Amino acid sequence: MENTSHRFERLPASADERDVEGRATREAVLSYWTDRFGVPRDVLTPYTFWEKGAGKIWIAASDVPDGLEVESFGMTFLRTRQEHWKPTTNAAQRFGRHATRNVIDLSPTDARAFVAGEDREIEWDGEWGYLIAAHDVADGAAETSDDADRASAESNARREPLGVGLYLHGELRSMIPKGRRRDF
Amino acid sequence: MDALERYEPIVDDYAAFREACGRSLPSVVRANGIKADPDRAVAALEDEGVAVTRRAWNPSILEVDTDKPGNTWPYFHGWIHGQEEVSAIPARVLDPESGDAVWDTCAAPGSKTTQLADLLDDTGLLVANDDNLGRLSALRSNAERLGATCVAVTNEDARRFTTDGFGIDAFDAVLADVPCTCEGTIRKNADALDTVGREASLNIAALQTDILRRAIRLTREGGTVVYSTCTFAPEENEAVVDAVLDDEPVELVDFSVDLAHSPGLTAWNEETYDDSLARAKRFYPHQNDTGGFFCAKLEVGA
Repeated sequence: MENTSHRFERLPASADERDVEGRATREAVLSYWTDRFGVPRDVLTPYTFWEKGAGKIWIAASDVPDGLEVESFGMTFLRTRQEHWKPTTNAAQRFGRHATRNVIDLSPTDARAFVAGEDREIEWDGEWGYLIAAHDVADGAAETSDDADRASAESNARREPLGVGLYLHGELRSMIPKGRRRDF
Repeated sequence: MDALERYEPIVDDYAAFREACGRSLPSVVRANGIKADPDRAVAALEDEGVAVTRRAWNPSILEVDTDKPGNTWPYFHGWIHGQEEVSAIPARVLDPESGDAVWDTCAAPGSKTTQLADLLDDTGLLVANDDNLGRLSALRSNAERLGATCVAVTNEDARRFTTDGFGIDAFDAVLADVPCTCEGTIRKNADALDTVGREASLNIAALQTDILRRAIRLTREGGTVVYSTCTFAPEENEAVVDAVLDDEPVELVDFSVDLAHSPGLTAWNEETYDDSLARAKRFYPHQNDTGGFFCAKLEVGA
């Protein structure tokens, strides 16, 4: 079977159940967030995962029958079917506060440049590749109240993810899409 | 003739009403609990030097002393969304519970949709429909920026909508915030009254009635439908609800919103409406320094 671009098709649980070539599995998606960013598995296990559009993975709180034909379902979450998977800006903002590694903390100046879409030379002694860029804003409870205890215990309560950057050769390239950029 | 003059007999303190309609609106945003506790959004705005006043009736509604709330960190992070105060009424009246299946019949650009997602604690299934393809991109980008994952966006004519494909037979709750003549947005859109009047209202009322009827038919027994508009015209408000009371299994129910308001009308010009229309609420611009709004809550019976 081939991937179809107009329907939301559920990710197979694992490679054994895969019947669409190249499709990411639910297991691989969960492992990616854990391996790359240290996001605990139980943050993402309540959600369903879908592919619509080649490589475009969507995350949804809801469960529906396979093959739903709608304009969008849940949130665009992850770009797959490429060598290095890339989280979306909105996924990084919503779930990135659970991340414990490959998060680059930006100064106020660098944070403003990042959301304006500018690339910056910044020191980073971790892995190259896609990182979650974060900065400090007013502290307080994160996400919905149910998660507040866990979220605040997990990390610095002021740290807030901005989006995704690509770190290569001493430079952080902003991946903020044009429509989300801001000049402060 | 002035488009608002015909409301003089039904509006208390008509002079104050006209004066309020001539003033611009305060700058108001809604704090989005999906991505941050509203207290944190308030603290972050204040850190940036933006004074915030929380509304007593709904502490997630924030009056902000900037006309560009979009140029703040809380906006970038999806902690706030520009939404007029009265526009935040119907989702609160619908008041869905976590896990509910909810339909938003005319959802773009998504202020009320994302508020519903927040009230659902981003659980369940929220089907956000709009027949205008051009407005769907705003709906989708707002839902994503605000971090909602429980929203399915559809592009159908609400009058012919079905639950096919969603794995459910009916919705628990439906918001029918229908297209209208938008007279109540005069404080935001100076040309809002250019094409309004009794004829325009009667023309759009057929569509509104059909959408409300569809909303009722797709709601389970015991479920709730909220009908709302941002217009003053009784032809689009009480008359539409009155029309479906005759032949659909619904009744108007009381609800409380801690804002000044007037009861729905039971008579207008030559017409009379069911007495229960008094359970609907009219919000006039001079009562709470907002836009104008109409809201009715219906319970679906057998």
